[in-house]
Amino acid sequence: MATATTTEAPQVEIGGLETAATAADRRRGALIALPAGIYLVLFFVLPFLIVIVYSFATRSATGATRLADWNLRAYEKLVDSLVVEIVWRSFWIATATTLICLVMAYPFAYYIATRRPAVRNALLVLVMIPFWSNFLVRTYAWRFILGTDGPIGTITEALGLEPVRLLFTPAAIMIGLVYGFLPFMVLPLYAAIERLDWGLVEAARDLYADGFTAFRKVTLPLTKSGIIAGSLLVFVPSFGAYVTPAILGGSKDLLLGSYIVTQFQQARNWPFGSALSIVIMLIMLAALMIRSRAAAEDV
Amino acid sequence: MTDCAVELRGVSKLFGDVLAVDAVDLGIDDGEFFSLLGPSGCGKTTTLRMIAGFEFPTTGSIQIHGQEMALQPPNQRPVNTVFQSYALFPHMTIEENVGFGLAMKKVPKHEAEHRVDRALDMVQLSHRKGTTPNKLSGGQQQRVALARALVNEPEVLLLDEPLGALDLKLRQQMQIELKELQERVGITFVYVTHDQEEALTMSDRIGVMSEGRLLQVGASAEIYERPRSRFVADFIGDINLIPARVLGSGEVELAGALKVAAASVEGDSVGHSLALRPEQLHLVAKEDETPTGSNTMTGTVVHRVYYGDSYAYDVDTPAGPISVRQENRPGLALHDPGEHVIVWWSPAASSLVVD
Amino acid sequence: MTTRTVDRALAANTWLVYAFFYLPILVLVVFSFNGGNRVGIWSGFSTRWYGEVLQNAEVLDAVKNSLIVAGISTVVSTALGTAAALAINRYRFRGRGALDGMLYLPIIIPDVTMAVMMLLFFARAFALIDIVGPRIQLGLGSIALSHIAFNISFVAVVVRARLGQLDGSLEEAARDLYATGWQAFRRVTLPLIMPGVLGGALLALTLSLDDVVVTAFVSGPGSTTLPVYVFGLVRRGVSPAINAISALMLVASISLVALSLFFQRGGGRARAKPLETADAIE
Repeated sequence: MATATTTEAPQVEIGGLETAATAADRRRGALIALPAGIYLVLFFVLPFLIVIVYSFATRSATGATRLADWNLRAYEKLVDSLVVEIVWRSFWIATATTLICLVMAYPFAYYIATRRPAVRNALLVLVMIPFWSNFLVRTYAWRFILGTDGPIGTITEALGLEPVRLLFTPAAIMIGLVYGFLPFMVLPLYAAIERLDWGLVEAARDLYADGFTAFRKVTLPLTKSGIIAGSLLVFVPSFGAYVTPAILGGSKDLLLGSYIVTQFQQARNWPFGSALSIVIMLIMLAALMIRSRAAAEDV
Repeated sequence: MTDCAVELRGVSKLFGDVLAVDAVDLGIDDGEFFSLLGPSGCGKTTTLRMIAGFEFPTTGSIQIHGQEMALQPPNQRPVNTVFQSYALFPHMTIEENVGFGLAMKKVPKHEAEHRVDRALDMVQLSHRKGTTPNKLSGGQQQRVALARALVNEPEVLLLDEPLGALDLKLRQQMQIELKELQERVGITFVYVTHDQEEALTMSDRIGVMSEGRLLQVGASAEIYERPRSRFVADFIGDINLIPARVLGSGEVELAGALKVAAASVEGDSVGHSLALRPEQLHLVAKEDETPTGSNTMTGTVVHRVYYGDSYAYDVDTPAGPISVRQENRPGLALHDPGEHVIVWWSPAASSLVVD
Repeated sequence: MTTRTVDRALAANTWLVYAFFYLPILVLVVFSFNGGNRVGIWSGFSTRWYGEVLQNAEVLDAVKNSLIVAGISTVVSTALGTAAALAINRYRFRGRGALDGMLYLPIIIPDVTMAVMMLLFFARAFALIDIVGPRIQLGLGSIALSHIAFNISFVAVVVRARLGQLDGSLEEAARDLYATGWQAFRRVTLPLIMPGVLGGALLALTLSLDDVVVTAFVSGPGSTTLPVYVFGLVRRGVSPAINAISALMLVASISLVALSLFFQRGGGRARAKPLETADAIE
């Protein structure tokens, strides 16, 4: 009836019976993913590549683009001091925005995450409302407030004070960027903090760490994934921001986003605009790599 | 073998380069309560999942009542599973949960209703059939999972550590209920557990697994009293394992050059241990109190522990440290630490196991 | 520092942040009821700007376009995004990693870059199609196609978060109870991820209605959407009319939030519902 024998050394062929069955499973998975995959390849990856191609094209005298006479003129223009200045300015504004968002968002998210569930829900809904509100409207609100024709302007004027130039400055742009992207920092941070095992913090306190040290050595490192996710979500769009600088920074091409748009409108230099876009794309790919590395480390 | 409900032949499962199940040959009889017992990671759950169809074996054959099933998807096998997490559908009522399998098989509504009612009756949950699972206690959810599986009248019922999440009293109660249920319904149960007491009390037969291999199969008494390997002896209950050398003709030599008689001696002379359950050993103060024909050993008491229903002794002997269990009876002579004693046992009480 | 002090500091910071979030919006809404022509100077309460805006043909046309595009892109991207999420979550197939990467990029891409990409793409595509026949131009179609391109990712991310919370053994239980793969999906998985699917759909809808730059680049004459129209107005300066339109758009957004909460309520999960979007973003 029942035998309980075991053979000697395992002599199992790798990929025996099951491969046929799991292969069918794989095919089904690929099939389900196919529509989205094809769409993205066609309407995202392909456009991505087309931009790269255009960066080597020629701009004719009339501003039209000739996809011939491939050259590196657009790239030569990239190292122009003006361009470098714009790129550098965009970079530090994006960095500053990210840091400000981080500093504002972390205590904010921490507070919400440590409330009772009922309170937490209510607080989160209050964050959701600005998050889902129209980006343009939120940016316009600052245009309205900061402008000399807005409430602050009219008040200072009425008080007989010097008109304060708040609008159309880098500071205005940063306020706008922080305002626009703060929810993108709050949400991943909140998710990471909410997932934290508080028992670990208690263990640290038990082992003589004071509140701040426990935070620094336990809470902060363990919420690293949220910090990275939020930072990427704020930095990259800020780096290439257009709407906010356009509304709050005036028509000057201070930042990369505006400068690129100019290439496709007034300046009509598509190859150069493409080359500039590639700078942004490189930042995007760097972000993708950072995210993969972070995800791989996370257990 | 037509009275075999489940038969596994040469079944192995490879996950990447980890051999989770190693060439298992097993036959489970119709109508029996069979348990797969072993520590975490021994392959028992993987084996169960292969019978259910959630994994396919890398090699080997799985037959259910003579039909080859190794590569059949789970929805085409005449078996049902009770999951460790119960896996009740949270968005359906109890009634809909239990009736799900019948609905999938397009059983006519009238008959399905009748069978669902009967199944819920069997687990005493008819009064809750309109509620959703999240409103039930753990024990109730477990019974619903059972009803949901049994209502389909499967040829074999698979249970994956179903009582793990329950507290002790409830678990013990459920063990009795499950056993009675199985006897009443008569369906073959294949039960996976790491709790050896659970396996011993509930099963007709047990299969002990370790590191992917099936080490021994047999009735509870056989597994307990005649373990055939060191692992099985050690895993089930307490055991004394004394290194022994077989001398042939019913004699073995223990450490300290002690020769004792031993039953069930086989072939090879090295790599054995003499296995003795603590309750099969006895302590007396003097040599002349031991029965004739018994094996004896001198020793010194190191420790005595009181368990209420019994006493446990740690005794130092020339063959090594030994543990002895004595049932607490009125008039029982107690021995103190430091006392010299004689340990005796009947030769038939021991087993020889391979290391 | 005692924890009480720290807690109070945190609370104060929290309320400041909320103030930062809401005050600008509130000021905006308040001044939309400003009866006067000079927007910054309060001259009496009036709803005249709402009246003007709601009768403005250009505005209504833009709203119509926005809704058409948003409707199409939401439906398509929800279907494709949900499928992608299911595939990545349930199956291991070749190209899974590539799909995962492709899904991440549209989330972080700055809209300018997306706009440039789509503009050049359509320029080439139309030139190609031109050879075989019909002359196609930029219009609602190109806008919708572009919106779908980035919305798929957002839907996928939200649905994946929901799938991650699902007990894996539920689908196995369904298969064990004789359900085919499709039946298990339809009867067990789909109902349980539906809150996530709807959440993703609402997010896609919002992003589509929100979009300015991509739409501006790939729209043609007659296919202006509301945000693009407003953007044009804003560049010329502030006006109470813009405040009124903005207030109306805010009301629409808040309604969507309320709707999303309503959908996420049904799901049998004890966790905070707004958390799903938070999880999804990370």
